[in-house]
Amino acid sequence: MAEYLVFIWDDETAWAKADPRTVEATMAAHEAFMARHVGALRGGNRLHPSDTATSVRHCADGGVAVSDGAFAETKEVIGGYYLIDAADLDEALRIAVLVPAPFGGVEVRPVRTAG
Amino acid sequence: MDPAVAAAVAEAHRRDWGFVLAATARITRDLDAAEDCVQDAYAEALAAWPASGVPTRPAAWLTLVARRRAMNLIHRNDTLSRRLLLLADAAGPGDGDDTAASQIPDDRLRLIFTCCHPALAAEARVALTLRLLCGLTTGEVASAFLVSEPTMAARITRAKKKIAAARIPYQVPPASELPDRLAAVLDVVHLVFTTGHTAPAGQSLQRRDLAERALDLARMLRHLLPGDPAVAGLLALILLTDARRHTRTTADGRLLLLAEQDRTCWDRAEIGEGLALIRAALKQRLPTRYALMAAIAAIHATAPRWEATDWRQITDLYDALIQIWPSPVVALNRAIAVGEARGPQAGLAALDQLASEPQLAGYHYLPAARAEFLRRLHRTEDARLAYTEARLLADNPVEQDFLTRRISDLERRS
Repeated sequence: MAEYLVFIWDDETAWAKADPRTVEATMAAHEAFMARHVGALRGGNRLHPSDTATSVRHCADGGVAVSDGAFAETKEVIGGYYLIDAADLDEALRIAVLVPAPFGGVEVRPVRTAG
Repeated sequence: MDPAVAAAVAEAHRRDWGFVLAATARITRDLDAAEDCVQDAYAEALAAWPASGVPTRPAAWLTLVARRRAMNLIHRNDTLSRRLLLLADAAGPGDGDDTAASQIPDDRLRLIFTCCHPALAAEARVALTLRLLCGLTTGEVASAFLVSEPTMAARITRAKKKIAAARIPYQVPPASELPDRLAAVLDVVHLVFTTGHTAPAGQSLQRRDLAERALDLARMLRHLLPGDPAVAGLLALILLTDARRHTRTTADGRLLLLAEQDRTCWDRAEIGEGLALIRAALKQRLPTRYALMAAIAAIHATAPRWEATDWRQITDLYDALIQIWPSPVVALNRAIAVGEARGPQAGLAALDQLASEPQLAGYHYLPAARAEFLRRLHRTEDARLAYTEARLLADNPVEQDFLTRRISDLERRS
């Protein structure tokens, strides 16, 4: 078994404009997804919007710069994540395609475990 | 070195590399280690076969040697076995055993599905397939795709690292995922073929080595997935196109159009094999794009003369093709068929609809097709300009030479 972190990238402005029923349905879809994959799920959460993010950059001079906002300026930002267990990438992708992400998609990254 | 032995090893390299590597990778579970073991097995063949004679089944001989080396490597270096880089079913008892020659599993499907996994970059899929299934060196793969050898080496290394880190499995996908995954494999084989059929650069029109590798890969897929219509379609397409290989240029390397080719020199055996496959390819309710392209190639292959080509049927097939594969290049070919079926004016009108297509900007076949129809309409100056534009955009020297001659023909006439 291996661990994969599934990042949910979505368009926050589309989220903000979505009608309440879509938001509700998406939340219900996440509940259903979690119930269905309880065996594979190691964790997961929704994040506060990216305007609550704070980035910390290490500078060439050894100093640190703290700034407001997400690390990279992109239309899609990370809105949540799941940590899953899967035998291989194909199994991880079979789970990842079921993650509700109506305003974007997901990125699957293998977790580099010690040992 | 006995030339007969050298030839036998070269032939086994070409025919069996993928088989030997696929069987060895199941033991090493590491593609680099498997490649080393297989390389050693071929070196051992060169040393042993002059004295022992060429074995009756070279692939089995090479596989046993490579797998024995792999077992030794694992015993010597147990960190390798702990790395578990490739995820296949556990090797069963008897695997790697010298007596199991008749039971060596054919793992080439696993290998090609791993090499062509959609999680890998498209250019890496082609590179890995040529390297691992066909045994091309990194330098050969680099020259086929016009990149430097260090760039190609880095691309292959990165792809192998991803296979290991993300755990891309060494498995044939389940039936529910097979059509999509197979489509990715077929695209790679088709790209290898088209790169060989009309080389993007270099002194000659074709790169026979690549075209033949693609034919080998398509035949291998047909052998391993005999009931699959998509595979039948691609193999038919390659055979029916490849059948024209001897007639596409003159003896001194000049390009000949389909209309000018000597059809008696087309490869009748390949045409016959391709036509037989078409039926299997078209039995699907929704034929794949390769099956439709093969059906178009079949109409050319069976027309006794250029003038006897059934352009109406070709136009219908392009209409069907564009439904499932709405690509500007297909639209361009459809427009050419329309021009042949209904006359140059209709062809020109169809081509002009594609003039603002961004994907065709810089594609020399568009101005070349316009030039041909303009020439037939006796619009000599417009035709000359269009040929000149095509000449500026073409990369293959044989095609450039063809276009240059067309321009001077028109200049003589005006």
